[in-house]
Parts: sequence; C-alpha cells; structure tokens
Amino acid sequence: VAPKLHKPKLPGLIGGLGVTLKTMLKPAVTVQYPHEKEDPAPRARGVIALKEENCTVCMLCARSCPDWCIYIEGHKEKRPPRREGGRERTVSVLDRFDIDYALCMYCGICVEVCPFDALFWSPEFEYSESNIARLLHDKVKLGEWMETVPTPEPLEIGAEVKGKK
Amino acid sequence: VTAGHALLALDVGWGTTLALKTIIVLALVPAGALILGYTFLLKVMSHMQSRLGPMDPGGFHGWYQLVGDGLKFLQKEDIMPTKADRRVFAIAPAVVVISTFLVFLVIPAGPDLVVKHLDVGVFYALAVSSLSVVGVLMAGWASANKFALLGALRAAAQLIAYELPLLLAVVGVVIQAGTMSLQGIVLGQQNGAIFGWDGLGQPYILTQFVGFALFLVAAQAELTQTPFDMPVAESELVAGYMVEYTGFRFLFFFIGEFGTAFAFAALAATLFLGGYAIPGVTGTWANILGPFVLFAKLMLVAFLMFWVRFTYPRLREDQLQAVAWKFLIPIGLANILLTGLFKVAF
Repeated sequence: VAPKLHKPKLPGLIGGLGVTLKTMLKPAVTVQYPHEKEDPAPRARGVIALKEENCTVCMLCARSCPDWCIYIEGHKEKRPPRREGGRERTVSVLDRFDIDYALCMYCGICVEVCPFDALFWSPEFEYSESNIARLLHDKVKLGEWMETVPTPEPLEIGAEVKGKK
Repeated sequence: VTAGHALLALDVGWGTTLALKTIIVLALVPAGALILGYTFLLKVMSHMQSRLGPMDPGGFHGWYQLVGDGLKFLQKEDIMPTKADRRVFAIAPAVVVISTFLVFLVIPAGPDLVVKHLDVGVFYALAVSSLSVVGVLMAGWASANKFALLGALRAAAQLIAYELPLLLAVVGVVIQAGTMSLQGIVLGQQNGAIFGWDGLGQPYILTQFVGFALFLVAAQAELTQTPFDMPVAESELVAGYMVEYTGFRFLFFFIGEFGTAFAFAALAATLFLGGYAIPGVTGTWANILGPFVLFAKLMLVAFLMFWVRFTYPRLREDQLQAVAWKFLIPIGLANILLTGLFKVAF
C-alpha cells in the first residue's frame, strides 16, 4: 500500500528554483583563505608535534610509518645508579628525530602507536615551503609545534579512564 | 528624430551618425556579453551554489576576471584541424556574432535612440537572430569532428524546433499592439491602460503572460542554455560544435552566446515589460533615462533566464523535441487564438 501524502507537494521544478534562490540570498560558505582564516577543529590533523622528553627511541613510530618519513637516531648512555651501590642504568638518548612532511600522508599511525605519549597532533597547517628540503622538520622544530597542541577535550561523562589515576 | 539628435548634439550629417551608431552597436555586444557573463555566470551562479566566485581580479569582487579571460583568449594559438574546411571554419564564429549584432539594430533604447526604425522590427529581429543556426552548422561541419557535427545537428534541430514557439509567443503581442514595429509596441504599452487606469501604462506581460513564459522558454532553447544545452553538452559531446575552436574564435562564440542572451533579454523587456518607457516620462527625459530603464528591465529578464539555467539539469534529446512540438507550439497557437478573439471582441 502506497503511503498517503498528507500535504500536496510543490512541483519539483518550482521547488528547485526556490532552493537556488534561497541559497543565493544566504551568505556563501566560502572563506577567503589568505585574507580571512578559518579556525581548524581542535582535533584537525595539521602537523605532528614531538615531546622529546617522553621519547625512548623505541622506533615503533618509524617502523609503523607507511611512508617511511620518520628518521630516528639515538645512542645509549650510562647514568649513575638510583641508589647507593646499585647498578649503572642504561638510557637511550635521542640524537635525531625528523619527519619529512613532503612524504607524510597524515595517517596518524605514529601518533596512535607511540606508547609513551611523545607524539601529538596539532591543528596548525600553515608550514608550506618554496623549497621541498625545508619540509623535513627536525626535532627542534617538531618540539616547537608542541606549543600549538591544544589541551584535549574532557572525556564524556561515564567514559572509562585509562592509565594512572 | 530631431529632438534626439539635438539632445546628443549629433546633428552632423548621416556619415558621422552612421559611424557613431556602428561604434555603439559594435561596443554593445561585447559589453553586454561581459556584463551578463560577469553578473550571472560568475556571481549569481556562484552565490546560488553557496560560493563567492572570483573575488581578487580587479580588486572589487573580481570584476576584471572576464576581461582577463578575454585577453587570455586573444594570446592563444589559433589551431585549426588538418582536415577542417579552412574558410568555413574561420567564418563560422563571425556569422554567429554578426547575427547578434544585427538584432541590436532595431531595439529602441528611447523614443529617438534606435539605430534603425523598422516597421517590421519584430519580424526582422527574430529573422536575424535565427541566422546564428547557419554559423553553428558551419562550425560543426567544417570542424571535421564527429562530436562537433553531432552538436551542430542537435543545435540545428533544436533551434528550428524552438523558433516556432518563439515566433508564436511574439505573435500575441503583435496582435495586441497592432504593429510589428518595436517602437509601436513600446508606445502601445506606454499609452495603454489597465481597466481604465493608466498609471502604469499596460505592460503586455499582464495580458500576454503565457506569451512571456513561452518566449522565455524558447529563448532559453535558442541560447542553448541549460536545460536545453544538448548541442554543447560537455558530458556527451565535449563542447559540441565549439570543440575544435580555440583562442579568439572561441571568444567569438562566447561573446555570441552572452551577446545573444543580452539581445533576447532586451527583446523580451521591450515586448512584454514596456521597453525603455517608464510611466510619466516622455520627450527628452525618456531619451536620457530610456537606456537605463531598458537595462534594468533587461537585467530582470536575464535574471529569470539565468536562474533557470543554474537550477535545472539537462533534458534528453527526445524530451527536448517533445516539449517544443507537443506543448509549447499548441499553447502558443491557443494563445494566439485567444488574443485574436479578445482583440475582436473588445
């Protein structure tokens, strides 16, 4: 059984004219980019920032990168023991952490995979260069991006809180 | 005639007058094409699609965009296919544009502001406007390209089919005005009265609304604009008869398209909306204000035409023919019959 139509519909041809007229009278959605700027969403994937002190040179990000755009070098150093008479500790020190944004495809797997919260997304997107070599951001520059990382939005009520309380 | 000439200080012999009129008509078509192209194609269409269109060229809302495009066309290489019929290929765009120029000869912009006053003005305007079919066919045939030929044949079938409703729509006006002269039709509307009240004159759109609608639909098809743009349907025929054209020859087609839209809008404004006349203005002032009034009315009509163009999708080829022969022409004939009956009765 065909559903009953309760109110007569406007013929589609006239309705269509109404749609275009209404759209014309409303302001356009275009943002005139270089002159005016749009605020990207806080979780927009603009650039990846590095929190160097959290990095343990575990290489998980470099290994999981589909584009091989992350370059990591490090070495091991001996540190004095924590307690008197203890054994010397071995720590990994980060020498080089570069991301080549000419290769990066912004998949975010490195951010997902990092077990020590050393990589973060920042919504900043204005870092184009006239020379492609300058798209290789070293650890200093990646560290500077940390300032632009927004504080994460609060969890939804009732959401499971992971990690240390 | 003397009033107008004295007003414009043009009482200088027929040679100078002729030269001036020629220059005005020659300037009018590209200027009209630019105005319509900028206002509607670039701006109105953009806003109907919720975007802004060009904003930077020229500083103010991208007004310079089309001029720049035109200049770009001029510096392009003039390419001609090897197997093209060279002479016909070269002449075809000119034929299209000339048919547009010729229409403007009879459209009055004021009591004295008309290039040539013709007693058969409407007949002449419709006759020369349909000359463009010849140019289109020439272009399609001479291109030695199957898409161009298909486009040209579609254009010919379409323009012939829609010539009839266009004509029938105008016949109603001609019967009511009792004259084919465009000046006479404008005067008929200016001096008319709506049930004895002559404050507005009597624009024929009130009595000939069916004719006005028919005229707009048929003009849309004559201009090969959406929803009747099968001759240039890019998804089927690339660009139809224009497919092999580049540079300034392509520019000619572009000017022809929008210049013709300008001409048809002016014609519709003259036939149905009272042309250059506004109530209470006569004599010298009508000569001064006439062009502006005509332009305002013309833009109104053009808005209707382009509004439809930017809203509807393309019809199918057989639907196109069916609309003309099964609907528009019978309606046009009925309109003529009714107009004739009323003319005799009152």
